[in-house]
Amino acid sequence: MIDLMGYGAFFLSTALIFGLITLGLNLQWGLTGLFNVGISGFVAIGAYTSAILTSPDAVDRVGGFDMPIALGWLAAMVVTALAAALTGFATLRLKADYLAITTFGVAVVVQLVALNAQGLTGGPFGVAFIPRPFAGVQDQAVLFNFLNLGVIAAVTLAVYLALEHVSRSPWGRVLRALREDERAAISLGKSARSYRIQAFAAGGAVMGLAGAVQAHFIGFIAPNSYLPTLTFQVWAMLMVGGSGSNRGALLGAVVVWSIWVGAGAFSAAVIPGDWQARAASLQIVAIGVMLCLILLWRPQGFFSARRRG
Amino acid sequence: MTLQFIADGLISGSLIGLGAIGITLTYSILRFSNFAHGDLMAWGAYGTLAVVGGIGEVVGGAAPIGALSFGWPLILAALAGMVMTACLALLLDWLLFARLREKGQSIIVVMASFGASMALRSLLEFIFSSSPAYYSRGIQMAMPIGFGIRITPDQIVLLGVTVVLVTAMHLFMSRSQTGREMRAYSQNPALARVVGIDVSGVVRATWIIGAALACAAGVMVGILVQIRPLMGLDLLLPMFAAAILGGIGSVPGAVLGGLIIGLSEAAAVQLIGAEWRSAVAFGILMAVLLVRPVGLFGRAER
Repeated sequence: MIDLMGYGAFFLSTALIFGLITLGLNLQWGLTGLFNVGISGFVAIGAYTSAILTSPDAVDRVGGFDMPIALGWLAAMVVTALAAALTGFATLRLKADYLAITTFGVAVVVQLVALNAQGLTGGPFGVAFIPRPFAGVQDQAVLFNFLNLGVIAAVTLAVYLALEHVSRSPWGRVLRALREDERAAISLGKSARSYRIQAFAAGGAVMGLAGAVQAHFIGFIAPNSYLPTLTFQVWAMLMVGGSGSNRGALLGAVVVWSIWVGAGAFSAAVIPGDWQARAASLQIVAIGVMLCLILLWRPQGFFSARRRG
Repeated sequence: MTLQFIADGLISGSLIGLGAIGITLTYSILRFSNFAHGDLMAWGAYGTLAVVGGIGEVVGGAAPIGALSFGWPLILAALAGMVMTACLALLLDWLLFARLREKGQSIIVVMASFGASMALRSLLEFIFSSSPAYYSRGIQMAMPIGFGIRITPDQIVLLGVTVVLVTAMHLFMSRSQTGREMRAYSQNPALARVVGIDVSGVVRATWIIGAALACAAGVMVGILVQIRPLMGLDLLLPMFAAAILGGIGSVPGAVLGGLIIGLSEAAAVQLIGAEWRSAVAFGILMAVLLVRPVGLFGRAER
């Protein structure tokens, strides 16, 4: 029973971290209509920034800054926002597809740096000994898990409230106006490119924060945590929840993560050992088909009453 | 630095260029960037592998042609693979892309192609497992052709095949009725409809050509390197970069873009190391977007 509660807290923490990433995507796509296919790259930038700044000295890479966790999270947001702003700066005066292609490239390059720039990122072995919040009670697993869940829930709530506020603010209204009718918004004197870059950077900051929170929750990061599958899961979460709605984004994250974990547990129990790896790829096929079906039949998602533009 | 990078770059560049033709046509005619294009490549390579296996079962092994690593079964299978890949592309269009195109938001189609790409790739992993496969286990000796450059017989023949395919494509686009219709539709869809161009025919031709060339490129990668479910994903960024560098909609541009990227990658492998290869395409892409987003042969979009 105690184990189950501990697992429940762990599960929910992971789901909420996905929820955070999805909230960031919702600001970019749901509110502003910017298509990001490099989510895994931006999450990784946040995770690595915070991990490098806060972890103790390691032999083969830059480090030993031993900064407090909160500072690491802040830096993660700033660095990821800068990376996103640069991406936006290069592409947002062009057609939407160019942003998509470039973000895809960002994810490829971030993965490459994580794998090969050993002096910065630890290479394939990643960064270990990332300080975890409440490390003092780490031996009491249940308490530790619940305290961490509390922190993650608080961060998620704060970001959720901030984004709700933002989407109703004049700034958020401009973003929506740009998405719905670009010409009308421009004729009112709003610079489409500048607003879009701001929104893309802000969404990137949320993704970077999520990456940092996850890095400190697990205590260890490696390049293979940031593969395209992550991008894909987050998109599925937003589409299930209904793009444009922050509540939908969070609900979608919890639902899709439950399905994902449930399907994984099911196939682990039913499918014989040597077929497990293959069964894992069926999981991705199922989510891909689901994403396409939602786009075809229910583009507004399942938890969103509002219709998208 | 030896001149070997020229041979390596021309070969990988021509493969990128073949793939980029499909990307540039889909973008200029169907108006979306197809993230599933690399997976068409991988499906073509695996489809061909299955047919080669089938032929081997029925008639037994065939001797390779001359100094090449493969015999007639692979050539036959590649043709069958091109037909199968084209059918797969048409099926995807009918099931997914055509329906979403009707709704009018092109970025939704891009997203669908992203979902389809994940599904297609993972399905390959499920069917064939993620370990690499080969058309032939033989090892070819590279022969010196002067200037310190070495090249294998396979590479020479496949370079020749690429030249033939690209020339045929160019003649098709510039001389044939369908090619002219495709170019007309990409330049002005509304006007093309008014003068009575069969739009669904143009869409079909675009998918068939793009998929068949993707399959050809996939098979060549399979012959020269290996066949993996991720092979298409790995080539996706260079192919996009080549299409944009050459100018969206331009077939010669896509090929030239592919060659430039292939050569730069090969040079980078020698100068800074093989592990940074994939960053080259990204660097070129960013440079083009910042300096000349319409590419070498592109026209400003209306």
